[in-house]
Formats: sequence, structure tokens, C-alpha cells
Amino acid sequence: MSMKFDRPMNWKELPAGCLIDEAATSLRFKTGDWRSMRPVWNSEKCIHCLLCWISCPDSAIKVENEKITGIDYNYCKGCGICASICPPKASAIEMIREEK
Amino acid sequence: MKTVAKTGNEAMAYAMKQINPDVVAAYPITPATEVVQIFSNYVADGEVDTEFVAVESEHSALSACVGASIAGGRVMTSTSSQGLALMHEILYIAAGNRLPIVIALVNRSLSAPINIHCDHSDTMGSREAGWMHLYCANSQEAYDSLIIALKTAEATAVPAIVSTDAFILSHAMERLEVLEYSDVQNFIGEYKPRFSALDLENPKTYGPLDLQDYFFEHKRAQIDDFSKVLDAYDKAAKDYAELSGRYYPAVEEYKTEGAEVAIFAAGSTADTAKEVVDDLREQGRKVGLVRMRMWRPLPVEQIKATLGKFKAVAVMDRSDTMADFGGPVFLETRGMLYDSEEKPLITDYVYGLGGRNIELTDIARVYDDIEQVANTGKIEKLITYLGVRGEK
Ligand code: SF4
Ligand code: SF4
Repeated sequence: MSMKFDRPMNWKELPAGCLIDEAATSLRFKTGDWRSMRPVWNSEKCIHCLLCWISCPDSAIKVENEKITGIDYNYCKGCGICASICPPKASAIEMIREEK
Repeated sequence: MKTVAKTGNEAMAYAMKQINPDVVAAYPITPATEVVQIFSNYVADGEVDTEFVAVESEHSALSACVGASIAGGRVMTSTSSQGLALMHEILYIAAGNRLPIVIALVNRSLSAPINIHCDHSDTMGSREAGWMHLYCANSQEAYDSLIIALKTAEATAVPAIVSTDAFILSHAMERLEVLEYSDVQNFIGEYKPRFSALDLENPKTYGPLDLQDYFFEHKRAQIDDFSKVLDAYDKAAKDYAELSGRYYPAVEEYKTEGAEVAIFAAGSTADTAKEVVDDLREQGRKVGLVRMRMWRPLPVEQIKATLGKFKAVAVMDRSDTMADFGGPVFLETRGMLYDSEEKPLITDYVYGLGGRNIELTDIARVYDDIEQVANTGKIEKLITYLGVRGEK
């Protein structure tokens, strides 16, 4: 059975066992909606150690050719882990309040 | 088929050996310890292909079973009493995720006071968890039932608990017939799971968060799956009868023809009561016995049809609901019969808690009581605590 996401399914349409029977469905849920703090990345200060990338719980740090290219605000939930893991000498990520 | 002498625990371990599950994760507890102890010998001696996972608690045992079952394995475990209580949280998780795990269980009372002997309060306390429950009356049935339960569980994706009475069955040696390994294997067939976490071609998410928007739909679907268990059980039991010559209906009738009163009992007590029925029948008394074997799902129509024809029925409950209204079998039996046009007067006998022995004379007294209820059409005492000092 393939799951339908365009409308709420009734109980007879659900795959048995409470499972989600396809992969990567989390892409459809924009966890960035919750954010109250926003990480702002500074490309000048970044030394591309990738610590933020490996630590981000939502895979929201964008990387190309082993270099950080920015933050995906669709999925970044603003937890601040990237900013706190960033080496103090670089301090390339600053958390600011969303309303600013 | 060959004839052997085995205790209830040995019989269950032997059935597990012939089922040869992929994974068994277990933690020992009296009086079920032997089941996995014997089974671990089979593992050590290379007589089964099972991955045996020794864990640090029953909570972990069933959790490991859940993981193995999600991975697509045929999975079994064994426990009793406090062990089942510690598994309680995971019972719901296994059932909700449709994992057909089978538990070989020995019924033992729950603390406090601490006790290691038989009553049914452990499984009765887990009856809302979404598992099939079968209560066995002897070791032969325990052996047979594990095989039938596994087949039913895998056909419906509903997990199952098969239980025997602590010590009375678990440690008493009886004569029984066992099947050949190949017959058991042919009967249960190869396990084809509906899904497997090891199916890397089709990745899925197992056990995700499910809030106000979908939880109810998932539960409704689970209840619907549960409603198919009785038919699947019936089919498995009949197929098994063809193979073994032994048929186990969900509800068993014994000498009910022409009977005006009946005892409705489960487990070893039902077998004991058959002796009393034989005696009383010889005296010309119109008594019969109905044995409650399956208690989840409830075989509602069978119970209504069977019990509906008597004038009076005594329910024997080996646990209490602590509702100040008798035992669970009593409460649910009255509920099932409420809409029936013809229904018996029903009384309850809570007995045998913590392994208190039930004598033939105790059971004969219950028949005396319900004959009086049937004759007078009046219930003098609705709930009796049978065999406890300080009460008649
Ligand atoms: S704030 Fe949290 S979620 Fe957002 S990019 Fe940093 S680590 Fe990832
Ligand atoms: S942790 Fe800081 S320095 Fe390292 S890659 Fe991320 S932003 Fe750049």
C-alpha cells in the first residue's frame, strides 16, 4: 500500500502496524515552522570544519563539495546546537531572535 | 507421533524447539524459568537455529523481541507473573505494531503479598493489551497450543500468550504425545512477515509518533485486525486436529447435554471439575462443564450459545477485579449474556488465589449451590470467595 498524504486517510486505508511505508516522508514536514531562534552563518568566519553539519539534528546545514553553503531554514528548528559546537575561534554561527 | 513424559514447562520448551524460532529473548522467573532454561540447552547443543538473547529484565526481553520481530523474525519468549507485569508497557507496543510474538507463560499471582503459586491475575491484568490469550488445562494442551497460537498469531499479526497453571501444570509430569519436527514445521510453514526492517529495498518508518490526527485510526484498524483472530484460530485449531487428532475449540463443552447447570472455568481447575461432573452424572444429576480456553479475543457468540442454555452457571475466577464485583470472567460473562433472551442466573466463585488448592469437594459444593439457584430461581449469594478461611 502506498500512503496518501493529500488528505487525512481513514482507518481502512492505513498500512497495518502503524508504520510509514515509504522513505523520506519527513521532507514533507517543514520543521522550520517552529523556530524562535535563527542561526545566521557567516561565510567569512567559517573554517569548514563541518562540526555543525555532523551535529545538526535536522540535517539543515547545507554542504556542497565538503564546504558549508548555508542553512536550510525550511528544516532548521533553531535548536542552537550548530552555534554552540562551532569552534570559539571561528564563531561563524550566531543565534538571533526570529522576530528581529 | 511419539508418547513422552513431560512437565508443563518441558512440554512448552519442546514445542518451542520444534517451532525453532529465529529469536528468543528471555529473562528467568519462577515458575517459568525452566522453559527458557531448557530452551537455552537446545540452543547450546545446536538443536535449534535460534539466536538466544539473554537480557537483564523482562522489559528488555520483550523489547528485544519487538526489535527482532520488526526485523522480520519468528520470535518467542517466556515469562510469568511479575515478569509479565514488567513487560506490560511493551505488550501494547508489540500488539500495536502488529508483531506476532508468542509468549509461553506460566500463570502466577502478582505481589503483594509475594507468592510464586498459581492464579490468573497476571494475564487477566494484561487482557486489554491486544494479545490473544489461551488458558491450558494440561501439558498436552500447552504443547499443542503453542503451535496453534504461533500459526494464528502469524496469520493475523496479533501476538499471543499461551499459559499454564503455576506448579499444578508447570512442574507436574504428565504423559503426552508430541509430533515429529517435520510435521510441526510443515504445519507452521515458513514465516512470511508483512514487513521487515531488514528489507533495505523498501525502507519504512516503524513505530513513529502518532498524535490526535491518526492515533484513533490506527487503534480502530488494530481492533478490526483483532476481530479476525477467532476465525483464524478456529481454522488453525481444525487443521491441527487433522494433524494430531486433538481438537481445541475456543470454548470447550464437557457433558453439557441435558445439563441444567454448569461450571464455567479455565485452566487445570476445568480438568479437575470434569472428575466431579463424572461422579455427579453417575448419580443422575444434570450438571455439565464449560471450559474457558480463549479469553482474548472473547469468543462471544460461542459463549452466548453455550452458556445461554443453562438455568444456572457458576463462573470460577482465579483472580479478582478489585472492583468489589467479583472476578473478570464473571463480569465479562454477564456482559456478554446481557442481551440474550435465554440466559442463566450467574454467580461467581473467586478461588485458588496464590495457589490455594481447589479440592474435588469444593467443586462439588459449587454444583450443589447452583443446583439450588436453578431450582429456586434465586441467587442467595452473588459472589463467593471459595476456600478462604473466615468465609463459608
Ligand atoms: S539551529 Fe539546530 S536545526 Fe538549525 S541548523 Fe543549527 S543545529 Fe541545525
Ligand atoms: S562549525 Fe562553524 S566553522 Fe565549522 S563548518 Fe560549521 S560554521 Fe563553519
